[in-house]
Amino acid sequence: MPSRTLPRVAAGLRSASERGLLALLMLMFLAGSVLPPGAASSPDLANRNSKAGHDHCQPSQELPEDRHNATKKAFPVLSFDYHHVQKPFEISLWVLLASLMKLGFHLIPRLSSIVPESCLLIVVGLLVGGLIKVVGEKPPVLDSDLFFLCLLPPIILDAGYFLPIRPFTENVGTILMFAVVGTLWNAFFVGGLLYGVCQIRGTDLGHVDLLACLLFGSIISAVDPVAVLAVFEEIHINELLHILVFGESLLNDAVTVVLYHLFEEYAGVGSVSMVDVCLGVISFLVVSIGGILVGTIYGILAAFTSRFTSHTRVIEPLFVFVYSYMAYLSAEVFHLSGIMALIACGAVMRPYVEANISHKSHTTIKYFLKMWSSVSETLIFIFLGVSTVAGEHRWNWTFVIVTVILCLVARVLGVVGLTYIINKFRIVKLTTKDQFIVAYGGLRGAIAFSLGYLLNEVQFPTRNMFLTAIITVIFFTVFVQGMTIRPLVDLLAVKKKQETKRSINEEIHTQFLDHLLTGIEDICGHYGHHHWKDKLNRFNKKYVKKCLIAGERSKEPQLIAFYHKMEMKQAIELVESGGGVKMPSAMPSTVSMQNIQPKKPVSDRVLPQISKGREEEIRKILRTNLQRTRQRLRSYNRHTLVADPYEDGWNELLLKRQKIIELEKKVGSFETPAASRSRWAEMTKMSNYLTVPAAAPDSPTMSRARLASDPQAYSSKPGSDNLPTIKVDLASPQSPDSVNLVDELSKRAGQGEEPDEDGGLVMKVPSSASGKDTKEDQNGAKDQQRLMRCLSDPGPSADEEEEDEPFLH
Amino acid sequence: MGTFLSLPSQQEFQDLAEKTGFSLEQIGILHRRFTQLSHGEATLRREDFKTIQDLSCNPIRCQIIEAFFDKRNLQKNGKGSVQEIGFEDFLTIMSYFRPPRLHMTEEERAGMRREKLRFLFNMHDTDNDGTITLEEYRHVVEELLSRSGALGKETAKAIADAAMLEVASISVGHMEPDEFYEGITFEHFLKIFNNIEIETKMHIRFLNMDTTTLCT
Repeated sequence: MPSRTLPRVAAGLRSASERGLLALLMLMFLAGSVLPPGAASSPDLANRNSKAGHDHCQPSQELPEDRHNATKKAFPVLSFDYHHVQKPFEISLWVLLASLMKLGFHLIPRLSSIVPESCLLIVVGLLVGGLIKVVGEKPPVLDSDLFFLCLLPPIILDAGYFLPIRPFTENVGTILMFAVVGTLWNAFFVGGLLYGVCQIRGTDLGHVDLLACLLFGSIISAVDPVAVLAVFEEIHINELLHILVFGESLLNDAVTVVLYHLFEEYAGVGSVSMVDVCLGVISFLVVSIGGILVGTIYGILAAFTSRFTSHTRVIEPLFVFVYSYMAYLSAEVFHLSGIMALIACGAVMRPYVEANISHKSHTTIKYFLKMWSSVSETLIFIFLGVSTVAGEHRWNWTFVIVTVILCLVARVLGVVGLTYIINKFRIVKLTTKDQFIVAYGGLRGAIAFSLGYLLNEVQFPTRNMFLTAIITVIFFTVFVQGMTIRPLVDLLAVKKKQETKRSINEEIHTQFLDHLLTGIEDICGHYGHHHWKDKLNRFNKKYVKKCLIAGERSKEPQLIAFYHKMEMKQAIELVESGGGVKMPSAMPSTVSMQNIQPKKPVSDRVLPQISKGREEEIRKILRTNLQRTRQRLRSYNRHTLVADPYEDGWNELLLKRQKIIELEKKVGSFETPAASRSRWAEMTKMSNYLTVPAAAPDSPTMSRARLASDPQAYSSKPGSDNLPTIKVDLASPQSPDSVNLVDELSKRAGQGEEPDEDGGLVMKVPSSASGKDTKEDQNGAKDQQRLMRCLSDPGPSADEEEEDEPFLH
Repeated sequence: MGTFLSLPSQQEFQDLAEKTGFSLEQIGILHRRFTQLSHGEATLRREDFKTIQDLSCNPIRCQIIEAFFDKRNLQKNGKGSVQEIGFEDFLTIMSYFRPPRLHMTEEERAGMRREKLRFLFNMHDTDNDGTITLEEYRHVVEELLSRSGALGKETAKAIADAAMLEVASISVGHMEPDEFYEGITFEHFLKIFNNIEIETKMHIRFLNMDTTTLCT
């Protein structure tokens, strides 16, 4: 039976090319859930299963002992014990299903641009749930514990860690207004009116009391971060609207938590007094502020811990995850707002952690967060679909339709009313379009479902009806609003997000503007937004950074940090682009340092000569270097990052990049081994990227610690250490020689490098200092050829190149 | 302190409000601040600004003060700077920092943007020649980093150079090796700010309530 339905389902869902994949997946999935015929009492996911499996396992473990006494049985060569692995096996299957689905959607062209992923995932969930039902098993329901403890935190942490702080703080008043007042309004409006509707005769809803209605209202009124993220990330709306809706969905958690617990509590008692209302308000303050406090504490702890991780880089990312999760759990212990704790934790720790950890760890954190959150998100939507099939439904037309309409009306009224008030205080006013998008973007999601699912059936006999209504509202918002929001955004011509990299100029001017506005505020004598921000910044710089950030970087101003980051990014792009011949640049341009450099007298430009003896020396150095590399190949070690050669490698690349630009300006003579080594690095670049790293002068541990992506390491050292002692300036445009040489070099380097935006590295060597003690030689090209000859030296190089090559590509 | 006596008449305030776009209350507050800064005199001098405590730790303090005395910003003819400014000039400078209004036509918005950017440009272009040269740009970045000591000074140069290169490659694109990029003109400056909504960012909140008594 299942095998016959499968292809049909698959055909309906996707194009023929993917049919096979899906069929295979479905089979696997079914195998997972059908395999234990009658073994597990309920095929519910995770928790229940484990209990059932566990009970079942116990007798089978005792069995061999009994047999041992009785008769000796032949030792089984192959045995079948599915229960042993059932739980993890099923979890893996679900995750696999989720991931493959995500994969599948992006394979189908144009589909993902029409329908949001969340809708498709719910559909998949419905289909899978239906299949499981057809097979005769009971489909699993989205378990609330599983949801709140495992699936939700990664998404929230991802959101909190990468929260755009600036727009968030600039609009925090508006966000709070929507989150607190807006949610309260929604809850009471929906709950109250719903109660009114329930009292109308003939609706068969007379037994629903006010508190139950209000409870339902508070569950259904909160905008869901998961759903909002899923839809808003696809439509690329402008920063302001995004942060308004998204921020609201994050911060309304405290309101929802308090209202939920409050009404749940009093629904049992049946009456609410004035004191209870006051307690509710206080409780809200405790829940929200307590959550933030817990998060902040853990965030600071995480930052402080990361200060000392420079010798165990491998576990660095783990600290970020574990501390955040601990923050979430600790907040949940006291029924504080876990979401707010996570957001606070992520946002607080990020600037300090990022300054402390290695670049690789940063990438790891980024990828892990994105991976976890996207898998969680996918699972949540699939489970929503499955749960819809699985749950018992009590469909009441009046209740469901009234709920949907009330939700929409409450949202629109709430947003319009609140914006009217907010606009009196805002400087950048919210336009009608903005209001529409904010109202329309109020999607509901899995949090509402899970809260509804948590309700006690005995205490709330209408639970199933509530759940049905909640699911309907979720489906309505996710499908109807989620699908139409993109065309509407296009139709209304709402401003979209500009997808540009932040340039160094923008950073300079943003900082300049900050200081300027602070200054003007001081002159006016208004202690405004900028004034306090400046005060906070100074406090942060003076005390907090010193405690939480190790070493020099604590003193690094933001602009310099940004500059280093940018350099780093370019270097990585360089590595990724393969060997780094061509600078990946947004703008094809030939502007280089010489174009903006103030002109210099011509007479300085002359080239050094390389004597025969010098040539011999270079050869020798080359050989020793190559030999050293052979020794440097390290054995595998679980506790350190083995890929160190890689980091060396691209550190080397940074250096090389710097050198090749310098080469355009000067040609040095080789006074010291260090200098010649760096020179050699340049030459390797020219001769088909021979990429053996120069030997590091310090001990392996030291160099590892240093090279582990502290941008300081490369930015300050190579420039000054390896500086050739005699420099000749070739840069100035007046010299025909220099132009020739540059041409010559670029020919050898394959494609001429485009050194735009690289100027910063070049400038490490003050240009005025160059061209002082120069030797006389006019023939640059010939000189260069001689250098090339050194390289063609048949040393023990051939194999080595091969060995190190992969690290750089 | 006699501020009451030196208060301009209601009519004068009305004129100023029309000219600069401030409300009467805001002008009143700003006027009180003005007299507080000038110690009751009719004009402000550079020394008066230097006495503002909060300003003393601002890294770009000199540029800010200079901007108040720059003839280009005061909408007067000619270049260079003046020695002292009256209340009207003070208001003129302040009006560069007005927030945009809710209902603005695209043209008004663009005009406001241009005005604000011109003000910023003038702050960078210290020698009045219409371009921000590499020297001037370096100076700006150096000032920004002036709080971070020797380390800052060296990096400042590198950053300014990188930024200049970026501007050159954005605005000119292709350059022969023997061409020379003179500096950032206003047109290029506009290009840099393409991605920044300066009209909504460059503003401060002018209060309608008097807080000058809190400040020193």
